[in-house]
Amino acid sequence: MRIRTAGVVAVLGLALAASGCGDNSKDEPAAKESPKAAGGKLVIWADDKRAEALKPFGDKFGQENGVTVEVQAVSKDLQTNFVTASQQGSGPDVVVGAHDWIGNLVQNGAIDPVQLAAEQKSGFNETALKAVTFNGQLYGVPYAMENVALIRNTELAPEAPKTIEDLVAAGKKLKAEKKASEILCLQSGQNGDAYHIYPLYTSAGGYLFGTTANGDYDPKDLGVGKPESIEAFKKIAKLGEKGDGALKRSITGENSIATFTGKKCAYLVSGPWAIADAKKAGIKYDISPVPGFAGGKEAQPFVGVQSFYVASKGKNKALAQEFVANYVTTPELAVALYNAEPRPPALTAALDQVKGSDPDLAKFQEAGKNGQVLPAIPAMAAIWDPFGKAEAAIIGGADPAKTITSAGNTIAGQIK
Amino acid sequence: MSTSLSGPGSAQQTPGRGPVRSGSPRKSRTARNHAPITLTGLVVKVVLLGLVAGIAIWAAFPLIEAKLWVGLAVLLATTAGLFYLYLTPRHIPGKYLIPGTLFLVAFQVFPVLYTASTAFTNFGDGHRGSKDDAIVAIQSGSVKQVPGSTQFPLTVATKGDPATGPLVFLITDPKTNTVSVGDTEGLTQLDAGDITVAPGGKVTAADGYTILNFGQASARSKDITDLVVPTSGGALRSSGLSRAYEGKAVRAYDAGCDCITDSESGRTWTADESVGAFVAADGDRLAQGWRVNVGLQNFSRVLTDPAISGPFFGTLMWNFAFAIGSTGFTFLLGMGIALALHSPRMRGTNFYRVLLILPYAMPSFAMLLVWRDMFNTDFGLINNLFGLGVDWFGETWSARIAVLLVQLWLGYPYMFLVATGALQAIPKELTEATSVDGASPFQSFRAVTLPLLLVAISPLLIASFAYNFNNFNAIYLTTEGGPFPADNPTAGATDLLITYTYRLAFGAQGAEYGLAAAVSIFIFTIVATVSAISFSRTRKQEEVYS
Repeated sequence: MRIRTAGVVAVLGLALAASGCGDNSKDEPAAKESPKAAGGKLVIWADDKRAEALKPFGDKFGQENGVTVEVQAVSKDLQTNFVTASQQGSGPDVVVGAHDWIGNLVQNGAIDPVQLAAEQKSGFNETALKAVTFNGQLYGVPYAMENVALIRNTELAPEAPKTIEDLVAAGKKLKAEKKASEILCLQSGQNGDAYHIYPLYTSAGGYLFGTTANGDYDPKDLGVGKPESIEAFKKIAKLGEKGDGALKRSITGENSIATFTGKKCAYLVSGPWAIADAKKAGIKYDISPVPGFAGGKEAQPFVGVQSFYVASKGKNKALAQEFVANYVTTPELAVALYNAEPRPPALTAALDQVKGSDPDLAKFQEAGKNGQVLPAIPAMAAIWDPFGKAEAAIIGGADPAKTITSAGNTIAGQIK
Repeated sequence: MSTSLSGPGSAQQTPGRGPVRSGSPRKSRTARNHAPITLTGLVVKVVLLGLVAGIAIWAAFPLIEAKLWVGLAVLLATTAGLFYLYLTPRHIPGKYLIPGTLFLVAFQVFPVLYTASTAFTNFGDGHRGSKDDAIVAIQSGSVKQVPGSTQFPLTVATKGDPATGPLVFLITDPKTNTVSVGDTEGLTQLDAGDITVAPGGKVTAADGYTILNFGQASARSKDITDLVVPTSGGALRSSGLSRAYEGKAVRAYDAGCDCITDSESGRTWTADESVGAFVAADGDRLAQGWRVNVGLQNFSRVLTDPAISGPFFGTLMWNFAFAIGSTGFTFLLGMGIALALHSPRMRGTNFYRVLLILPYAMPSFAMLLVWRDMFNTDFGLINNLFGLGVDWFGETWSARIAVLLVQLWLGYPYMFLVATGALQAIPKELTEATSVDGASPFQSFRAVTLPLLLVAISPLLIASFAYNFNNFNAIYLTTEGGPFPADNPTAGATDLLITYTYRLAFGAQGAEYGLAAAVSIFIFTIVATVSAISFSRTRKQEEVYS
């Protein structure tokens, strides 16, 4: 009896295992034989919104070329997941993401340069191409650009302010008349926000990195902690809580847009992503460049670029290059991605197509015309946190010279 | 109690074993008849063992592919061991212990060992893969289009079978429309009569060659990217499946000097195995490095780097205060409410209990974010409700009080629950006896209820302490460690060791997993020491009261 039980268990167990194993071994030849998969598979990773927009185009590309295209949505930590997965050999062939990932992706050997013909390059916005160029190589194909601008409630503030001083004066007046409770909605939070304060920082004369001879950012020339940056933050401190009260730590990334759409402040510094909320709230708004300090330099926002990359360790690199270099460069895809999320397309032809139906787009682009490309060098990762915290401390009333000098030291210590 | 349970079990096992050894199967069967073989039992056994075999086979293929023979041997031994264990009537205790032990090894022991081994490496961004990976990345990243060269329409073809035959590139010169065939030897011009060229330059047919369509070509992706056709100026490479460009790898690896040379600038970077990177004479490093063992470097950095060890002591003190405060306040409040609801004079206790459990039923992740917004200076509920203007997260002590208040709100329902349970287990006779002896309610609580309560709850308090010691979310989702002193953006007033080291390891130039692993070993040591001491003291307490 016992022996029989053991035998039955063993035989059934083996049968089950064999069926499991049989499934595996059957799958592979079947996949090779089926005509659809004969051309191999292209796997694309993107965030939720973009994955949805890409899907029809992926299918179309697949049908035209007899290959399977799989668009997978990675909703969280796309960059980290991509680096880890490609290290293990389970990553995608193409990944879609922000251009400031390039430095980290290159140092991890995760992406390959893309070779575009001269006539293809000429179709792109120059700033966008500059953004995806790293160490003199083109590492991605850009499709959209974004930058912050000044969005104002035209019912409260009909005129676009020329300088930040004008803005503060107008905002104070509104506050005195009880039409608004805040002068300006520029998100900072307790730990600061380097991205949103950057236009004011540049207008006051500060810089992050110098540039090398070939125009790349130079991590050895750090602008934070230099006298210019201290002067810049002295001006910003005057706008802070102990000064005009235009910049406040209580305005955070979570409440800045809501405060604007709640008509509690007339001016908002934000990007194209804020427009949907403003429209939903029925706010009458207009968009203009972020104003600088009177007599100061230009207020230059950061320009970020969304881009397609070819994974170094993808299983189907030739097909990935074909997709990125020859298919993504067509305006139709750029327009579809614009419809999924309205950011100005990087392809000039696509921008021209959508510009007519969306006046905001041209205004955002105008606001970003003098912008600076967000540095893609790995050293930039060391900037965000200390710079933001210094900003928050100075807005709260800390001594600019001491705070910025120590932020500069911290950043310099972290840059290898 | 425990002796009476194990007694019959071991007695049952001994006769079961004896007859088997003496070679008398009949007797052993009668011994087994205490637990007759049911159909359900058999089916469950078959399915589970089948699953084990299935998983083993599924896991074996990648191991064989990667030639990890040690891993394969472990897998085989484990599977064989499992089959033996569950097919033999012997080793009854083993049948119960092994599944738990296996999961313990897989989900506890292995990650701990992996963390410990990572602590001795420079694993992190820029140092993830092997040296070969780094060399490939450097070389392929340095392929540049030859200045002034054009791009050519490309057609992939072969003389043999599309799936296996050696590949050639058919390259069309866009100016003259002549077609050349390129292989690893170089370019040879083809006779214009043998080929058909579509507008745009793609070759649609060529005598003696099979043209690969996109599907066929993409199936041979690696062959295509690897095919390099030498030319006078550099080499023709594919850019996708329909264009070729003349490119040149500017940087090349030389095994002789173990270095990378740049043919444009003439610079060389020599491999440095101690840091896992190619380093030039002037100290310039190539970004693409590899993973190496760095010995105790991560540990010594934690101890000697002033940026890390400087604020360490202050952070550690607050970390203890936070963990003790979170545990202590929640315990006091939870126990107070439990005592109040335990009183026989209390009405509607069930209603109150449901209300009190509510904070515990809500996801703490979301609640932490809600609390963060409630503490906002200008827009937060707390300041608006009480008409205050406190900059809660902006001042050291108000931020510390705020996080402790949030912890109190999140944590007291748990303490209330366990205290209620423990109170109900304390016999009424004891407190009644004290009141007969003339003790006041407080004296009886102090001398009888509290000590008995602590015997039951102490292990939970220690666990709560250990949990709160590393309560990353509680800080990171509220203050993010802030407020930060103006002159030091790395260590904030409410930073715990875990949030502080998270910022160190992941905040700077890319992630440094090696350093993070070293620090977590330090934190583990601290928590383990505190817990061990507390547990040994609890044991003494138990001996006194039980």
